[in-house]
Amino acid sequence: MNWLMVIAGALVGAPLRYLTDRAVQARHDSALPWGTFTVNLAACAGLGLLTGAATAATVPSALHHFVGPGLCATLSTYSTFSYETVRLAGTGARFHAAVNAVAGVVAGLAAAFLGGELAGALFR
Amino acid sequence: MHDRPEAATPAAGRQPAPAEILATVAAGGVIGACARYGATLLWPTAAGTFPWTTFWINVTGSSAMGLLMVLVTERATVHPLVRPFLGTGVLGGYTTFSTYAVDARDLFDGHRAGTALLYLTTTLAAALSALWATSALTRLLVRPRPRPDGSTAA
Repeated sequence: MNWLMVIAGALVGAPLRYLTDRAVQARHDSALPWGTFTVNLAACAGLGLLTGAATAATVPSALHHFVGPGLCATLSTYSTFSYETVRLAGTGARFHAAVNAVAGVVAGLAAAFLGGELAGALFR
Repeated sequence: MHDRPEAATPAAGRQPAPAEILATVAAGGVIGACARYGATLLWPTAAGTFPWTTFWINVTGSSAMGLLMVLVTERATVHPLVRPFLGTGVLGGYTTFSTYAVDARDLFDGHRAGTALLYLTTTLAAALSALWATSALTRLLVRPRPRPDGSTAA
């Protein structure tokens, strides 16, 4: 059952990442990869909310596996984040590469904290 | 780049329909997610400790992305669904940014700020270094495919 929920979450998360990236990238001409930034931020907030809710209330195992290792973990990506950062550095945009790396990590961590805080407020 | 029909070579074939790309990304994502979930079941990490399993998932996935992207963008003409399947699907689904961030948050919450900062920085440094090194090694070991006119594609 847990495996099925992870698979179901991944079936949603991976195409959602692809579509979000396409939609975000089509709306600006910035050098920074905002599409990956957006999906990672959303997934960090979502997983932060889920794990925060799990500490305050009982989250059914099926829902936990669908949203956690299924949807949020698959929606987010480290390999594309790494690739885009190294590619920026390789094309001479070293400042953009550093901004992308640091902003991605700091914003993702902040979103994880905010998701947890939100869960604490909702499920106390 | 992707939507210039004149750039497509006969070997690459026709451009896939959006639904085909989405289905390919979803299928790859399921494979990557199952590999990641399986790894966390095989090698669980205790709360409050350095999340080694997710660390290695993200480092190996980034390294594989370095190999893949050099091969498909610089060295070979592949089917147009190879990159959505392996890159966006399998490797994108295998690696995870959300687990990385939430595990770090949990370490901070558990008063293990040192471990959290170490985890955040070493994952970033190792993933970027692995991707860069794998790309460089692939460029070194795999020769550019010669074009019909004798020049090289790189």
